[in-house]
Amino acid sequence: MAKLTLFIFFLSSLLIISSSLAFQSDELLVDDDEFGLEGAKPQSTPLHTSSPQPQQTPTFRKRYSDLDLDSKVQFTLEHAFGDSGFSPAGTFSARLKSWSHGGKTLTKLRFSRNGFSDEEKDSFKNLLKGDDFYRIRLPSSVISPPGKEFVVASVRARCLPRDGLDEHFVIHMEGANILAVSYGSLGACQYPRQFKLPAKWSFNSHTILKSSEQAPRTPIFTEEILGGENAEGEVEPPPERSFWAKYWMYLIPLGLVVMNAVTQAANVAEGPTGGQAGGSQVQQSARRR
Amino acid sequence: MAMAVRVYLLLFVFLSSAIVSFSLYEDQVGLMDWHQRYIGKVKHAVFHTQKTGRKRVIVSTEENVVASLDLRRGEIFWRHVLGTKDAIDGVDIALGKYVITLSSQGSMLRAWNLPDGQMVWETSLHSAQQSKSLLSVPINLKVDKDYPILVFGGGYLHAVSAVDGEVLWKKDFTAEGFEVQRVLQPPESSIIYVLGFLHSSEAVVYQIDSKTGEVVAQKSMVFPGGFSGEISSVSSDKVVVLDSTRSILVTIGFLDGDISFQKTRISELVEDSGNAEILSPLLSNMLAVKVNKRTIFVRVGGNGKLEVVDSLSDETAMSDSLPVADDQVAFASVHHEGSKIHLMVKLVDDLDNVLLRESIQMDQHRGRVHKVFINNYIKTDRSNGFRALIVMEDHSLLLLQQGAIVWSREEGLASVTDVTTAELPVEKDGVSVAKVEHTLVDWLKGHMLKLKGSLLLASPEDVVAIQEMRMKSSGRNKLTRDHNGFRKLFIALTRAGKLFALHTGDGRIVWSMLLTSPSNSEACARPSGISLYQWQVPHHHAMDENPSVLVVGRCGSDSSAPAVLSFVDVYTGKEISSSDIAHSVVQVMPLPFTDSTEQRLHLIADTDGHVHLYPKTSEALSIFQREFQNVYWYTVEGDDGIIRGHAMKSSCAGETADEYCFTTRELWTVVFPSESEKIISTLTRKPNEVVHTQAKVSTDQDVLYKYVSRNLLFVATVSPKGAGEIGSVTPEESALVVYLIDTITGRILHRLSHQGCQGPVHAVFSENWVVYHYFNLRAHKYEVTVVEIYDQSRAENKNVWKLILGKHNLTAPISSYSRPEMLTKSQSYFFSQSVKTIAVTSTAKGITSKQLLIGTMGDQILALDKRFVDPRRTLNPSQAEKEEGIIPLTDSLPIIPQSYITHSLKVEGLRGIVTAPSKLESTTHVFAYGVDLFYTRLAPSKTYDSLTDDFSYALLLITIVALVAAIYITWVLSEKKELSEKWR
Repeated sequence: MAKLTLFIFFLSSLLIISSSLAFQSDELLVDDDEFGLEGAKPQSTPLHTSSPQPQQTPTFRKRYSDLDLDSKVQFTLEHAFGDSGFSPAGTFSARLKSWSHGGKTLTKLRFSRNGFSDEEKDSFKNLLKGDDFYRIRLPSSVISPPGKEFVVASVRARCLPRDGLDEHFVIHMEGANILAVSYGSLGACQYPRQFKLPAKWSFNSHTILKSSEQAPRTPIFTEEILGGENAEGEVEPPPERSFWAKYWMYLIPLGLVVMNAVTQAANVAEGPTGGQAGGSQVQQSARRR
Repeated sequence: MAMAVRVYLLLFVFLSSAIVSFSLYEDQVGLMDWHQRYIGKVKHAVFHTQKTGRKRVIVSTEENVVASLDLRRGEIFWRHVLGTKDAIDGVDIALGKYVITLSSQGSMLRAWNLPDGQMVWETSLHSAQQSKSLLSVPINLKVDKDYPILVFGGGYLHAVSAVDGEVLWKKDFTAEGFEVQRVLQPPESSIIYVLGFLHSSEAVVYQIDSKTGEVVAQKSMVFPGGFSGEISSVSSDKVVVLDSTRSILVTIGFLDGDISFQKTRISELVEDSGNAEILSPLLSNMLAVKVNKRTIFVRVGGNGKLEVVDSLSDETAMSDSLPVADDQVAFASVHHEGSKIHLMVKLVDDLDNVLLRESIQMDQHRGRVHKVFINNYIKTDRSNGFRALIVMEDHSLLLLQQGAIVWSREEGLASVTDVTTAELPVEKDGVSVAKVEHTLVDWLKGHMLKLKGSLLLASPEDVVAIQEMRMKSSGRNKLTRDHNGFRKLFIALTRAGKLFALHTGDGRIVWSMLLTSPSNSEACARPSGISLYQWQVPHHHAMDENPSVLVVGRCGSDSSAPAVLSFVDVYTGKEISSSDIAHSVVQVMPLPFTDSTEQRLHLIADTDGHVHLYPKTSEALSIFQREFQNVYWYTVEGDDGIIRGHAMKSSCAGETADEYCFTTRELWTVVFPSESEKIISTLTRKPNEVVHTQAKVSTDQDVLYKYVSRNLLFVATVSPKGAGEIGSVTPEESALVVYLIDTITGRILHRLSHQGCQGPVHAVFSENWVVYHYFNLRAHKYEVTVVEIYDQSRAENKNVWKLILGKHNLTAPISSYSRPEMLTKSQSYFFSQSVKTIAVTSTAKGITSKQLLIGTMGDQILALDKRFVDPRRTLNPSQAEKEEGIIPLTDSLPIIPQSYITHSLKVEGLRGIVTAPSKLESTTHVFAYGVDLFYTRLAPSKTYDSLTDDFSYALLLITIVALVAAIYITWVLSEKKELSEKWR
């Protein structure tokens, strides 16, 4: 009997445990489904369901933020002819993507350029005649477009006309802020700028978004790498040349000098007799003369 | 033949000894370099004459230097340069052997040993708030009683033991906002009286036990008018202060802790009184008040009654009072009269009794007397003598004694703000400045000595003689131009508005000139110097025209204040002309155009956004009109984080009739988001830098074209949080971003962000590269990064055939409006030192390789070869790369002790390094300034184009003579031999 009760107890406890296990997993699945539905991204890969709970919160947060803050932004491009006031010239639209760490970036930038009106064409022609500046500006912050400051860029109007009007925007971003915009034609603008009217009064626009590049990390050589390097370095230099190979150019002349000196010394040593004889001969011959 | 052998051997010895050495030897120090030590404008001076043998004066200066000077010769016995933020508030002598300095707004107290300047102790005092500071060192110390030094600063009153600097007690006044004005320590008493003001309207006297710091008694009294300005203590228990309307003198007596006020209207003392000002000198029972541009002396009677005893003109400087014999007190006053100054020493009690009256001829270029410190001594005839230390308007320090200037120090040179170089006059025929002092015998003698030296045969006396000869040699101090361009003038502008011309040979002052305002108005009697430009550098008429410099001064500290332009002849130091200009000066831009007299055109931008053209001649105007379309300029608004580019628009004829004034228009802006970036450094290339070649040939026969543009601006920004001190933020909070911006179009050519890095950024920009130094918070190290920019649009010009057929675009003019194709290369290295400034060597043609000159924290200058900061360094350079001179990559830059160009010297308080080319391509002039000045001549790639100064011509001559003789002798010998053989 005792055995039976024990068995029942064991069974029931097993049941409880198993049921509780099942309960937990169920909740997980439900949870995940819910998010999946909300995010309109049916993701029910087994990998996800089996993912442990602590990992789930960040994904949840990220999606949540994606949902709420991924928004479309629009900001206008304004232009001015010479010293005239700025007037709207086009619209940039982009998606503002927010990251979990609080940063924001612009993606999917689109640009629609308004064509020149007749009035604007005339003022642009005037610019071309006077080799004057065509100026554009963008708000410095895309979130609140009428921002404090505008980012201005300008180009000599004569640089723009090719077949149509070539323009090239490079927008430097820092988060959701526009730092600067470079504006100009695509290619070169030769210096003695020629007066040339565009064949077509339509814009051929290119835009590039640029954000800052990360500096590469300074290489850190640990001791062992350095040691290995050194070991390699020791192998690399050519084998030590012999003394003779290094200094032959000095040794040969020195040897010659020494040899010369030795022979001279030998001559001198045996010389005295011969020398004296020679001397007497000379004297004799002198006397003879 | 044996002779021939000997000759050969001798030659061999000669040649082996003549190995040229390039590094600096001990005996070469001072040959090409000089070093001058300064202290700055003196704030306080304390005389110490207890021991008659060592007469010296202790001074503290505005450059935060505490120094001990020799009273006889003005030399520095010792000096200490405190940090830039460690301003000295007070200096005194305690215990007769320690110099006590209080600095950093009363939070640092240091004691220095009087004879040798060793630090004895240093105490950091607790300070809670900004307040004025006060140092009170008890006088007449008895040996057995240890009276404490009382220091007030930062809301606390500290008592510090003079012996070891231990804080005995401190009293917290921060809560009440109590400002201590006067501390009185009556001798033979243990009670200290502390008088101070509460909210500048209530006078409070505390009686504090000097042993424990406990407040024994406290009295306070409200003065309804309120106090203002300087306080003057007239006697041990009385002070005089002005009320807030500056028209009533209030005498506050605090005898035995009781406060009493006594009001005296200034109008009662002098008629038609305006706002009064109490002058600082401490005079016993008397006070000096400045009213209506006159200085009046007011005697304070025993009962607090005031009476005027004397009045002097405004431009009188006065000293503190000085006790002389017989319980009398004297003070000195100095005033100007024409070109003379009059020094008078009077007794305080009896102003008619003049103890000393001297008049001394004074250089006009020293300006007015600012400060006087007097000291007495016993003359040989046992009477009292006085000497006065005076500080002039140009910051120079002079000692007057017996009616003469005993010595003077040009302390203005401790605060150099701008430096430029100038050539010396050309040596004309018949006007030879230095005569030829050498006869042939002398010349030979000298060279024989040198020969001895180089053969290590010289005796110690000879070595001394050689050294002396080197120092004097080759006319290096002549005032004429030399062939190599080694002799030059450095023109230095100081903060006091004085211009100095320093000779590169020995650093002497050739001339000096104090900037004056031409209108000499009240508001602008003495403009302060801002910057210096080369105005006219004649080449075509170098023989009969003198070069000149443009000095820009300002009549006040505000940038909108009107400015003064002064044109100074460089050869003579005379002012050619000067003008008060109606507009302010924000920026001065030298243009790359000169007129027919080779005057350089300058544009000056004012605060209204107009630019003004100088010189104001029609010729300059026509030159400028021609280039009107192509003139661009930019402004950096550091506070708002905006950089703006401008172009010329039109003449401002509509607003003013001035035809030399132009309006501008905005072309581009770069706006740094204020929440994430703050501009901390901007830098451009030196406008007069010469680049030898545009192409850089790499190892694999590839050509890279340097992007050499004069219109590049380097900008460094940090996160606003990271703008503080290093280590005040975590690496995540701080980022450093660097930019290279084209200043014509506002294009950002290069942008690189360093995460976890922080300023300060010190950078140098030359040719097509920038090197900058910053702090890496992650690695806890300083880093140096190099960025090199190459022009890709010219890269296809490599093909020889294209070059031959002329299908290249190398000769096409470059326009900033063309879209540049850049290639940037960058590499970072660790650098183990913090840096004060970085410069780069510059040579005449730019051929010589460059060295970075790094002013290190230890006030020394390190020369680092540019090759070490090459972005092309790799871990394992190939053989070809090694041959090109690429050094294997290391993670940090080496600091080689031998490459300190300052060798053992220190340029204290180093602020800037200026380099200038000499005519010799290999050599460059380096001038470093701070509190000290240092000059040297550098040859970054060794002097490959000239023989060294101490090249032994005698040795060469002797060698040639010996060779000829040897040839002759051997010829004779061989002839003889041949003859003898023929006879055989």
